[in-house]
Amino acid sequence: MKDRILLAHGSGGRLAHELVEKSFLQAFTNPILAKLDDSAVFDFSGRLAFTTDSYVISPIFFPGGDIGKLAVCGTVNDLAMSGAQPLYLSLSFIIEEGLPQSELGQIVDSIQNTAKEAGVKIATGDTKVVNRGSADKLFINTAGIGIIPQRVDISGSNATPGDRVLLSGPIGDHGIAVLSQREGLRFSTQLESDCAPLNSLVAEMLEASPNIHCLRDPTRGGLATTLNELAKQSKVSIRIEEEKVPVREEVLAACEMLGFDPLYIANEGKLVAILSAEDADKVLKAMRENPYGKDASIIGEVRAEHPGRVVMKTCLGASRIVDMLVGDPLPRIC
Amino acid sequence: MEFCGGHTVTIFRYGIRQILPSTIEMVSGPGCPICVTANADLDKAIALAHVPDVIIATFGDMIKVPGSRSSLQQAKADGADVRMVYSTMDAIKMAEENPTKSVIFLGIGFETTAPTIAASVLQAEDKRIRNYYVLSLHKLCPPVIRAILDSGEVKLHGLICPGHVSAIIGSHPWEFIARDYGIPCVVSGFEPLDILQCVDMLVDQIEIGESKVEIAYRRGVRPEGNQQALKLMAQVFEPCPATWRGIGEVTDSGLKIRKEYQHFDAELAFDFDPGLPYEPSGCICGDILRGVKTPFDCQLFAKACTPQYPVGPCMVSSEGSCAACYHYGRDFEG
Repeated sequence: MKDRILLAHGSGGRLAHELVEKSFLQAFTNPILAKLDDSAVFDFSGRLAFTTDSYVISPIFFPGGDIGKLAVCGTVNDLAMSGAQPLYLSLSFIIEEGLPQSELGQIVDSIQNTAKEAGVKIATGDTKVVNRGSADKLFINTAGIGIIPQRVDISGSNATPGDRVLLSGPIGDHGIAVLSQREGLRFSTQLESDCAPLNSLVAEMLEASPNIHCLRDPTRGGLATTLNELAKQSKVSIRIEEEKVPVREEVLAACEMLGFDPLYIANEGKLVAILSAEDADKVLKAMRENPYGKDASIIGEVRAEHPGRVVMKTCLGASRIVDMLVGDPLPRIC
Repeated sequence: MEFCGGHTVTIFRYGIRQILPSTIEMVSGPGCPICVTANADLDKAIALAHVPDVIIATFGDMIKVPGSRSSLQQAKADGADVRMVYSTMDAIKMAEENPTKSVIFLGIGFETTAPTIAASVLQAEDKRIRNYYVLSLHKLCPPVIRAILDSGEVKLHGLICPGHVSAIIGSHPWEFIARDYGIPCVVSGFEPLDILQCVDMLVDQIEIGESKVEIAYRRGVRPEGNQQALKLMAQVFEPCPATWRGIGEVTDSGLKIRKEYQHFDAELAFDFDPGLPYEPSGCICGDILRGVKTPFDCQLFAKACTPQYPVGPCMVSSEGSCAACYHYGRDFEG
């Protein structure tokens, strides 16, 4: 049992200190964290972005990532979608008693690697251990602070008729990769989650044009839900073309089998950008030069009529509504 | 008429009605197994969920469907043990893992699902599993088409026969429609081009004044069907009268468990009271299932009845006409 997390690891006593010092401090070392004071203290000037999210994914390891990578990317991406350059993260673990220490170690390594790639520091943290059954292996909460460059004004309410809609790459990889590992539904696929920090991509897009109107990462609810949110917030309609929305063969096949629509499947390393027609080409070029935007494309445009509605031109040339997701997508009966 | 709900979804999703010439009118049929399940039958499933020490195992689509007073989702919130499975074999495993409970599988579906449920009964018999039961609410497609045609309410010039059902039963069981009613029949696949090819073949038959059964879905369907699946089905089930929502009782259009296997029949094994069924007022799902009315004729459609707050089953099931129309076509059709 020595290699498992015990309730005492969250007690604040000797075992807890050992876990913090041996596992966390070594991995996330930086001067702010190393002080081990009650709060992280730092100087700032300018406009700040501040966000938080909790990660409860099951299974905690999946093709292309794990809950740790997700917890960094998710919060980094939320900051990046405001145009902010992410600087500091908080990191809270809620651990179910009995979690193998080796698994926690792997997740800590993954957090460290992802934070390094994204250029963010873990400034503060907390660990709680709960009784078996009170959590599912490991829950993580992260909050993040970033700084928004001058002249950047990004919001879901900024889409204007005539704007172009850009998508950074194929959709549905994350949702299908995770689903393929679920108990009772295992199917084999080469597919990996697209989980990735998108702040470098956003920085390069803003360099190409600081006048990006909207940015959003289509996570839960997928591309369809994100486009609906943007259309409603900006009181415009969005028209996309089915043939221009990239979807991998494997995702299409899994969706076909399970009765899902790829437009509603979660992504963790994609973004939607809305910007003026004259900026579209140069921003698209910048996106394609970044590894996380190499398959980017212009998928549609913003229109004035039917505010709040998302419409898709189908591959047959007809039109259909793209609605918001209602509840969880469920596998079909026949 | 397209019989099958899967075809209805393809037709709306790709906007096929919009691109067909105005001389061709598409009518949706009763081919969604959930939609045609009568409230009295849904009430049985919900009542069984409340029997102590019972686990209800069901395909996902069923969970949200409202019966007369409640739904499985509501029963679950009230403390009933309702679990979603992806295959009947998962339900068998569940019975083995929970020897002190009774696992009841909700056998809802057409000829497509019945063989796998028959296989689960045979496996349970083979393994001497005595806590596995099936509530057989299966329905058979050809008899209900005859009932609809005999009613004379809709005048059909061609029938798009279901793809997956025909993969099991073959194309021969549709021949009476071409022979006795003079209506051309073509079995279709589920891609948009399959549907267009099928419509083209039906128009060809009409133009030369022929009526026969053809298969456009050759990659999935053989004229004689799947003999192995039919054998399993016949071994465990026998035809019985069944009540279809909106259509009423149709002779030999259901499947009940044969006497040799009746110890698996949930209806015989448990003492439960489903209460008296009633239909929500204003809902015209029954008329829509017979092809007499369309969702646009319903005063509740997209107002009091939406996928989020469904009144009738055609709005709940992903393959229901109302849901397909609401999700994809409500601005462009009608």
